[in-house]
Amino acid sequence: MVTRPAQPDAQGQKTQIHGVDALTVVPRRNYAIWIGTVVVLVLAALILKAFASNPAFAWGTAWGYMFHPSILRGLGNTLLLTVLIMSAATLIGTAVAIMRVSPSPILRTFAGVYVWFFRGVPSLIQLIFWFNLSLLVREVSLNLPVFGEVFSVRTNDFMTPFFSAVVALALCEAGYMAEIIRAGIKSVPSGQAEAARALGMPYRKILRQIILPQAMRFVVPPTGNEAINLLKMTSLVTFIAVDDLFYSAQSIYARTFETIPLLIVVAVWYLAVVSIMSVGQFYIERYFGRSDSGHEPEALLSIVSRGLFLGRKKERDNV
Amino acid sequence: MSEARKMNADRFGVPAESMIFARNVRKTFGALEVLKGVDLDVPKGSVACIIGPSGSGKSTFLRCMNHLEKLTGGIILVDGDFVGYDLVGDKLYELRENQLCRRRAEIGMLFQSFNLFSHMTVMENLIQAPVQVRGTHVEQAKEEAAALLARVGLSDKEAAYPRQLSGGQQQRVAIARALAMKPKVLLFDEPTSALDPELVGEVLGAMRDLAESGMTMVVVTHEIAFAREIGDQLVFMDQGQIVERGNPREMINDPQSPRTREFLSRVL
Ligand SMILES: Nc1ncnc2c1ncn2[C@@H]1O[C@H](COP(=O)(O)OP(=O)(O)OP(=O)(O)O)[C@@H](O)[C@H]1O
Ligand SMILES: [Mg+2]
Repeated sequence: MVTRPAQPDAQGQKTQIHGVDALTVVPRRNYAIWIGTVVVLVLAALILKAFASNPAFAWGTAWGYMFHPSILRGLGNTLLLTVLIMSAATLIGTAVAIMRVSPSPILRTFAGVYVWFFRGVPSLIQLIFWFNLSLLVREVSLNLPVFGEVFSVRTNDFMTPFFSAVVALALCEAGYMAEIIRAGIKSVPSGQAEAARALGMPYRKILRQIILPQAMRFVVPPTGNEAINLLKMTSLVTFIAVDDLFYSAQSIYARTFETIPLLIVVAVWYLAVVSIMSVGQFYIERYFGRSDSGHEPEALLSIVSRGLFLGRKKERDNV
Repeated sequence: MSEARKMNADRFGVPAESMIFARNVRKTFGALEVLKGVDLDVPKGSVACIIGPSGSGKSTFLRCMNHLEKLTGGIILVDGDFVGYDLVGDKLYELRENQLCRRRAEIGMLFQSFNLFSHMTVMENLIQAPVQVRGTHVEQAKEEAAALLARVGLSDKEAAYPRQLSGGQQQRVAIARALAMKPKVLLFDEPTSALDPELVGEVLGAMRDLAESGMTMVVVTHEIAFAREIGDQLVFMDQGQIVERGNPREMINDPQSPRTREFLSRVL
């Protein structure tokens, strides 16, 4: 039965049709989703059961190591490495990206070669290369014609494993960040810079205040990806004996042979950090997208809870 | 009058009340000759309207006036000064960036696509250049901005982002943003051609108010009726040259050149 909408009568007043406001929507039944849900739940139960009942996983042992001092120290180093490398990579990457869009062909070429090289060579090889720099360059010194030798240090004295890890991975990561930031800069309509130029703003300010802030909306999501990738990539430093999370776990299970429980500890810690980073990314994205939407931003919790209930909303206008 | 201005005036014969003085302006992009020797005089306080078919070089000419494009040949003086150069003897020395910016800041420009800074609120758009370029105090800049918003009838939109405004409102904010720099002259590049027909009127209204307040304006437009009503002179450009110029009423009623006649018959 179809109810015709209320027609305005001659006086322009709506005639009331009984019961219009009492209509309710019955959601469409989607059997494929139901079947899929059942299959997933059964699989999840089976997997959980396998994990929980298999004694090899030794959950008790894993829990015992969760806050072990050397694990926590390793976790601290992993976080410190990630933060240092990501900050340095963002700074270098921004500089390289700005060179890549500059009017000077020499700067553009330099930046292009940088990205080509540091993205192209495997990060593990770069890491071991920097660690072994002292083989190549025994000492770094600065000699000025008049003043003579200003300073001189032996490479081995400052190329500690930790420092070479930061340098190697930051240079490598900067290659990826440069491309992300360049894409962000390119995504800002050219009219924005033109209007700023017409207002008399110098290039430096146009870049900092007009272009980069707008590029951020496009830069943040892939940067979150990069940061998470980097967090896990820092486990490569195990190769040059930096005691990060993974290295600490390794050195424990090398003695005790409790390999699986310690890998669980490591995995749980990585998952925990990644979860926190994802929440941070959510808020940063919302901050830089604030000029986009006309309404108040939705809170994280309400988005999560909506996701849990398969995104179904009761109101009709959101169907 | 400054020393440089007097020297320029004597040397090139710039009239006393000249705001824009363009002689034999040429511009090429690679092999493409876009402006082929254009002359223009815009006295202070007057409105010049430029019309012409697409690709005739109107935008390029306008962009040359505030040195967004460098000239290939000829000169443009704004209020008696070169915008991008200092003339010493027979040499034009390119200005350093901060000097160029200072001169450019005195020439306002409005665009077809408004180009409001999309990550800033209306108020932030208005105070950005005064604070960053002129070093105006933030509080004072805000006060002046509020007055300008009232002038274009948008006092209630201070906190809105550009995306939340209609096209007509955005263009009026853009006008207020340009005025915030207290420019000597305003350049308009088809300010209404991206607007829905019912929004054109509000922007033309704001421009009419400006013209009546004595602002010098150069307007590239397709609104012939507006040019006839507001313009002190009308310029018809075609293929990089000025084909005809004169009093807007006379020119629109009785165009002398067949190309002008043909163009007007198409747009009217
Ligand atoms: N940066 C540039 N590089 C190369 N060619 C250009 C550039 N800018 C403009 N042109 C060319 O110069 C010619 C004139 O362009 P211009 O934008 O000045 O025309 P217009 O009269 O403003 O046209 P419209 O009414 O379509 O805006 C066109 O052929 C255009 O392709
Ligand atoms: Mg144009």
